[in-house]
Amino acid sequence: MSDTFEAIANIIAETCDIPRDSITAESHAINDLGIDSLDFLDIAFAIDKAFGIKLPLEQWTQEVSDGKATTDQYFVLKNLAARIDELVAAKGA
Amino acid sequence: MRIEYFQLIDRIVDLNLADRKITCEATVPTASTIFEGHFPGYPLMPGVLLIEAMAQTSGWLVVAANRFERMAFLASVKEAKLRTFVLPGQALSITSHLEHEGSGYAVLNAKIRCDGKVVSDATLTLRILDFPNALVAEEMRKLADRIGLKAEARADG
Repeated sequence: MSDTFEAIANIIAETCDIPRDSITAESHAINDLGIDSLDFLDIAFAIDKAFGIKLPLEQWTQEVSDGKATTDQYFVLKNLAARIDELVAAKGA
Repeated sequence: MRIEYFQLIDRIVDLNLADRKITCEATVPTASTIFEGHFPGYPLMPGVLLIEAMAQTSGWLVVAANRFERMAFLASVKEAKLRTFVLPGQALSITSHLEHEGSGYAVLNAKIRCDGKVVSDATLTLRILDFPNALVAEEMRKLADRIGLKAEARADG
């Protein structure tokens, strides 16, 4: 499992008081873990700080609303970890 | 302060977008119907209104940082502390520092001082959204003029 996934799983467990053991790479943050939009702001803040990035939540939300993306692409944790890795790589480029 | 109109900021006295800080002033009115109930014979500025004053101060900083193109809405309050009673007639200095602006949200640390002493502080999260309609945007601009939001902070200024 990637270091990025481990980091965001720990953030979610701590922020939302969800048992760490119940959080897997296949977990959907909203559908499986029941994280609402307000709690996700806290998670986004922690991720932004931990990785030195700015998760493009508004862009993602708009893409889902427009039918150009599914929530799975951004909120299944292995996919979220991949997006974070992309943002970190883009920052360092 | 116009408590009954939920306008808790009298004026912006310092706005520093480079340092992401704002300072506002507000004087608690000497009389208000609110004090008739909070409390009869012992008027105190309600703590929730102190938190609202910090939220409004923080909101103006976020609005200015977004060049008045978007609006801020209180989403969460953390670590709020009401350290001392605030009385009618007291002058307050309210500061806020933008710790982080994310995508569609901001996290700020706010403080209220009275006679140089911190009387309340909190960490606030604000959602940043488009103005819901033209009327709200116009009314916010009028209020910004009244409390002295600097024109250079505004895209329409």
